[in-house]
Amino acid sequence: MEGLDLPVLSILIFFPAAACVGLFFMRSAQVVRVFTFAVFALEFIFAFPLLRFRLNSPGFQFVERIPWVEGWGLEYYLGIDGIGILMLGLTLFIFPLCVLCSWSAIATRVKEFHFCLLFLCSACVGLFSALDLLLFYLFWEATLIPVYLIIAVWGGSERQYASLKFIVYTLAGSALLLVGIIAFRIEGGTFSIPELMGRDYPFGFQIWTFLVMALAFAVKVPMFPFHTWLPDAYAEAPTAGSVVLAAVLAKMGVYGFLRLSLPLAPLASQYLAPMMIAFSIASVLYGGLMALGQSNIKKIIAYSSVSHMGFVTLGIFLFSMRGFQGALFQMVSHGITTGALFMLAGALYERSRSYEVRENSGLGKYLPAFMGFWGFMAFAGFAFPGTNNFVGEFLVLVGAFESNIWIGALVVPGAVLAAAYMLRPTQKMAWGEPCNVMEWKDLNVREWAYLLPLAFIVLYIGLAPTLFFKVMNPTLNNLLEMFKP
Amino acid sequence: MEFRPDLIIPELYQLLLIGALFIQGIADRPWMPRVGKWLSWCAGVGILISAGSLDLNGLIFVGSYRVDTLSQFFKFAVSFGFAVAVLNATRQPTLEKEKHCEYFMFMALSAWGLMILSSCVELISIYLALELASFSLFPLVPLRSGEKGAAEAAVKYVFFGAAATAIGLFGFSLILASQHTTYLIDFMQKPWAWSEAPMAVAGLTLFLCGMLYKLALFPFHFWAPDVYEGASNETVAYISTMPKLGAVVVLIRLSMLLKPGLEITTILALLAAVSITYGNLAALIQTDVKRLLGYSTIAHAGYVMVGLTAGTTEGVAAAAFYSFIYVIMNFACFWVICRIATDGRNLKLDDLNGLYKRAPGLALVLAVGAMALVGLPPTAGFMGKLFLLTAAWNHSYNWLVVIAAANIAISIYYYLNLVRHAYTKAAPESTPTAVPYPFFSLLWGGLLAALLILFGILPGLVFKALPPSL
Repeated sequence: MEGLDLPVLSILIFFPAAACVGLFFMRSAQVVRVFTFAVFALEFIFAFPLLRFRLNSPGFQFVERIPWVEGWGLEYYLGIDGIGILMLGLTLFIFPLCVLCSWSAIATRVKEFHFCLLFLCSACVGLFSALDLLLFYLFWEATLIPVYLIIAVWGGSERQYASLKFIVYTLAGSALLLVGIIAFRIEGGTFSIPELMGRDYPFGFQIWTFLVMALAFAVKVPMFPFHTWLPDAYAEAPTAGSVVLAAVLAKMGVYGFLRLSLPLAPLASQYLAPMMIAFSIASVLYGGLMALGQSNIKKIIAYSSVSHMGFVTLGIFLFSMRGFQGALFQMVSHGITTGALFMLAGALYERSRSYEVRENSGLGKYLPAFMGFWGFMAFAGFAFPGTNNFVGEFLVLVGAFESNIWIGALVVPGAVLAAAYMLRPTQKMAWGEPCNVMEWKDLNVREWAYLLPLAFIVLYIGLAPTLFFKVMNPTLNNLLEMFKP
Repeated sequence: MEFRPDLIIPELYQLLLIGALFIQGIADRPWMPRVGKWLSWCAGVGILISAGSLDLNGLIFVGSYRVDTLSQFFKFAVSFGFAVAVLNATRQPTLEKEKHCEYFMFMALSAWGLMILSSCVELISIYLALELASFSLFPLVPLRSGEKGAAEAAVKYVFFGAAATAIGLFGFSLILASQHTTYLIDFMQKPWAWSEAPMAVAGLTLFLCGMLYKLALFPFHFWAPDVYEGASNETVAYISTMPKLGAVVVLIRLSMLLKPGLEITTILALLAAVSITYGNLAALIQTDVKRLLGYSTIAHAGYVMVGLTAGTTEGVAAAAFYSFIYVIMNFACFWVICRIATDGRNLKLDDLNGLYKRAPGLALVLAVGAMALVGLPPTAGFMGKLFLLTAAWNHSYNWLVVIAAANIAISIYYYLNLVRHAYTKAAPESTPTAVPYPFFSLLWGGLLAALLILFGILPGLVFKALPPSL
């Protein structure tokens, strides 16, 4: 942009990856942790130039464009808009907290773990800023291996099964995405997303490319009926893995819908919207019901994720301003609250060595600070007014009722279910029969340090969402223009 | 058309090596340095010589020997692969000391055959070069001491090879009978559709069998897993990569005939699809690492064919790129296998357990190699697959592209098994804790892995050496 012309996005992508090299020279686990945290903190600071983001411009900003492979049309093309910057912010915010929350939980092969985290951060940042279809796909696939290793090496007892299921499932989803991308390249003559937008592709072409893309994204989100890898992966992953999966990787799927499916295949998106809405409602209700039936804290959070992400995809495929806004809010909020809940579950596991609700009951008297945070995040989880999720869910519901009263009527039970599945374990955990609680210590400084920022954001978005509207509105308006008759 | 020896410097240099090996083989004197010592250095110089002759151009030997960008690129790839293979095999545990010279001589002869093959543009010389490359490989397979299976593998390899050659020759005679020429350049003017020249099409199909045998494409793949299992690790590293280069270069020369829509192209596309799927499915259940990689070879042969059936310059360039990358990624995997199998035995997947602890560097090389074989970014394997699929899209075989892409998801399972065993499983007590020659093994293994990443990020480096128009 004007003035200082730093390639901000490139720095953000390559800094963590480059910092990986530094890990090779470290021996002590503690040094590795401090170093990684410092890298993520620096990464956050390096993102400050993004504050010069111009609010009124719907287009892409901080654009970098360099030809990459001559003759094949590959470009190194980066840029962010109102959607990308929110996702980028979420990513940069979550990763340092991941280091903090696995400080004592990860005791073996610490170096490799942080190597995976750093590499993963690079890939996520790259994904949210890529404006070249192929670059997008490249970063998309690059996230797989680190996440696989995080689950398979540091996960729970069923980690082998869960990690394999995760990677085979997601790769199967995205293998055909490559064909879709190639088809766009041949049909549109370029890999550049902005140039491919808003062209009149034949209807049949749009339909199949939409389906191919939707498959890849729906697996990642995950949407009912492609969600079956999720409970295993979320429950078996170590805390930081669950957090990243829920907070960032799930967003990649939705981001894919917003960045690729809608603009590239608008006709097909509208034509197939009823199907996507049906899947979304199914996700909301099925996720909620399944969460209600779980006794494992992580599985409750995992299924609640399915339900929340159902709201997000529903909001997108309503094709109204309210729906879009709600979806984006819900994306950010879900990242924050679900991330926080997973971190809390992880903190609890370090004390009780169990994720079962009945082995973690009666905490209210002995771990008041922990229970306070848990209660607060649980309330946020079922969209209590004043918390971030409320804004998102409310907007989606308004959008749903606006478009069709029946859609609205169908998802409202989902919102009620959320209260039920969050309050039930919360009640047992707070006031149930105390198990070994007396020996446990309440939150320590490190845990306060990663929970407080999350709580602050929850309230900030819940009470003063205006800034976020300002960031996202121009982009969403622009997107909506494509669907106006 | 005068004879210009300056055009064939890489071949002459290779011949010089062969001669030196031959002399040392029949009359080894105490003052001569050990073969393993000097040969890897000389093979390294060979890479430089090939690199230096990358932009030669000319036509010699009565128009049957074309030196152009394509041939020079493949000669470079061959001398690169030969150097890595020599380096890989110098400390071969299952090769007796007194057989070293002969072993490397045959290996060098085969590489020489492949170099010549990449320049041949006439059927008889193609045939001769092909036989030179294959016959020298036959003696390599049984040279594995203390292993009965090696002889069996060798017999299988020879018989399959002989049968493929015979079929190829028969096809060759049919082509000659119907088209009245052996020069590829004259083939361009001839019809290659079934309706116009049935005998020529039948002949070409049979002639291709010989090539596909080298490439181990379905249904000419049966020898691959058995031979891989029987031969020593180091030999397999060579057999599973280098002859592919020769087959690909001939197929590229022939690909100007293979216009999409012709019967023969459709057959090749079908074979490619079956080969990819069959190779991947069969690999899923393997527990022997070499057999697993053997089936993966079959799948990769199919991938290369995807580019060749496109019938465009992009497709050909993509196939050339992919076969070069394949050499690097396969060698990377075999490099690790050969280093771990210190007594030269066949490795099971379980032998890889806990590799991250025993040899973290090698584990990383294996992971990079395996991920490149899957085709995950940021490795060169991804770029190779991308170029292949892009080149083939909208050239009448879209179903082939879809099958090829869908197979990536199947293949992740068994390639990931390599990584899974190396990284997530603990090593049993009995396995040796360290790998010998850590510096040597890490340096060259790391170099291969680094090349895979480098060409994944900057594939343009390789494409610069590829011909702009073929």
